[in-house]
Amino acid sequence: MTGQLHGLYVRDLRVSFDGFTAVDGVSLDVAPGDIRFLIGPNGAGKTTLVDAVTGLVRATGSVRFGDRELLGRPVHRISRMGVGRTFQTSTVFEELTVLQNLDIAAGARRGWATLLRRRHGVPDEVAEALDVIGLTSRADHLAGTLAHGQKQWLEIGMLLVQDTRLLLLDEPVAGMSHEERDATGHLLEKVSQDRTVVVIEHDMDFLRRFARTVTVLHAGRVLSEGTVAQVQADPRVQEVYLGHPVDAGLAPTSMEA
Amino acid sequence: MTTVVRDPVTAADPAPEPPTSPAASPTRHRIRAAAGFAFGAALLFAVAPLVLSDFRLSLLAKYLCVAMVAVGIGLAWGRGGMLTLGQGVFFGLGGYAMAMHLKLADAGPGAMPDFMLLYGQLDELPLWWRPFASPWFALPATVLLPMAVAFVLGSLVFRRRVRGAYFAILSQALAAAMVILLIGQQGTTGGTNGLTDIQGFFGYDLDDPVNQRMVYFVIAGTLLALLAVARHLTQSRYGELLVAVRDSEERVRFLGYDPATVKLVAYVVAAGMAGLAGALFVPAVGIISPALIGIVPSIEFVIGVAIGGRATLLGPVLGAVAVAWARTALSERFPGTWTYLQGLLFVVVVAFLPGGLASLIGLVRRRDDDAARPGRFGRLRPRRREGTA
Repeated sequence: MTGQLHGLYVRDLRVSFDGFTAVDGVSLDVAPGDIRFLIGPNGAGKTTLVDAVTGLVRATGSVRFGDRELLGRPVHRISRMGVGRTFQTSTVFEELTVLQNLDIAAGARRGWATLLRRRHGVPDEVAEALDVIGLTSRADHLAGTLAHGQKQWLEIGMLLVQDTRLLLLDEPVAGMSHEERDATGHLLEKVSQDRTVVVIEHDMDFLRRFARTVTVLHAGRVLSEGTVAQVQADPRVQEVYLGHPVDAGLAPTSMEA
Repeated sequence: MTTVVRDPVTAADPAPEPPTSPAASPTRHRIRAAAGFAFGAALLFAVAPLVLSDFRLSLLAKYLCVAMVAVGIGLAWGRGGMLTLGQGVFFGLGGYAMAMHLKLADAGPGAMPDFMLLYGQLDELPLWWRPFASPWFALPATVLLPMAVAFVLGSLVFRRRVRGAYFAILSQALAAAMVILLIGQQGTTGGTNGLTDIQGFFGYDLDDPVNQRMVYFVIAGTLLALLAVARHLTQSRYGELLVAVRDSEERVRFLGYDPATVKLVAYVVAAGMAGLAGALFVPAVGIISPALIGIVPSIEFVIGVAIGGRATLLGPVLGAVAVAWARTALSERFPGTWTYLQGLLFVVVVAFLPGGLASLIGLVRRRDDDAARPGRFGRLRPRRREGTA
């Protein structure tokens, strides 16, 4: 499946925890090569949706990536099918170097014969990812010493060397400076040339600049879907974000609230 | 201490100059490691036999067996984050397998070991003892039996994501169960006494000091070999992956690995090392008994590793030997106080020096090159972070 673009097709996805339904019958299609933003108030089910897609929580319904069903497979199998994610809190291996982090990420398909040997030099895909995420000069530093933004990029780099075809990013620019946000956005644009990207994000400015399509979730359901402009014009979205319908002209500012 | 692998502390320093080229440092590491091994070999094979009396040398042989267990614990706990409080089980399996063979060899072909005649409940050798008459079965069994048990146990436990304190308690319960089983089957296992009074070792009389010395050399050589294995494992890609699993199991899973398999390998290797240690302990000491493999010795194995420095290569070995030596030395002079002292030492190290004594070396080194940022030693502590949102 290397080099091929696939879409993500979610049908009637439901996730419940002890009677509480976090995701309540979500259906959505993400086209191959899209940069889809998932937004919605807290508790809308955004992260749970990603958890379900990546196998972290049990769900009913159907999630297909390309033509392969993801639901019901263990996490590491889904990952090997080219579906990768990041978390709200960065989870790089702080006691390993940047290079080691990427090398491990690149190696899930390695056999034991390779694993039990020492790494010699830098694998090509790792060198390429280091270049894309701009951390080549920090390759031999411990990941724990990186700045917050750099850790997020390292996470994205780890997805790249994994040959991930669908990236699910949970609040990638939270806590980043303006420059770091811009750099992240351009990184996503570059990445989406041959991959499909889904981003959970609260930052509306970032969304307006880099989203190609947007899905608004509310209380576990899809509230609205479309381009940034379409979603901003949707009165139901304004209601959820402000508590009452407002004029469409006010929507862009209101969503920043 | 020339072979402390991948010292995270020095590696953490953001170097002011561009980092060294990747090709240079492994070679330097390798030379340092070779020098370290040569030094260790000289110490064990030349200095110790010259300096120590036969009695002290046989004590050292015993300590080195404990150190072999420690190498395995360093791998499983220090690198893999699995706090195994039940290595006595694997040590015991190896020890009993070896002792059973030696008892049968002492008794002669077709005869039963002395204790079975003494307790007098059996007319003939129990079925499960019989294969141990053959060295071709018994010797591989000392290593493969513990590894097989660890494999079965680990497969069940790691896949169910039992970890942390739950894993520690489970492994300890196993040690307790093994002791109860051995004591309960007195007629075939020797019960509380264990298998005692072992005379010969593959035709050599163990009472002869020359042969005791030979056993010591076998043990010293084995320990060095195990260190080489451990060093290779920690420096391989697998070793890096094991640290990654220790620090964030969930994240590793999302990279497409099965962390259960990664942990299982380290656990099984550690069990094999403990089994080998138990097997060599028997000719060195002449006895294996439940008291040597139960909960208390299992915890003592871990204490040595913690004090020495679990995440380093030599820390566990030096810690294990130091603690075992201190135990002998102090209980000779102040019987009864050793247990308290050992407990105190453990508490102090865990509370104030989580990286063990080995991290003191890193501390000194750091003070030398960069006094600006002290006190980052918490980094040596394995961190538990849940990757889930």
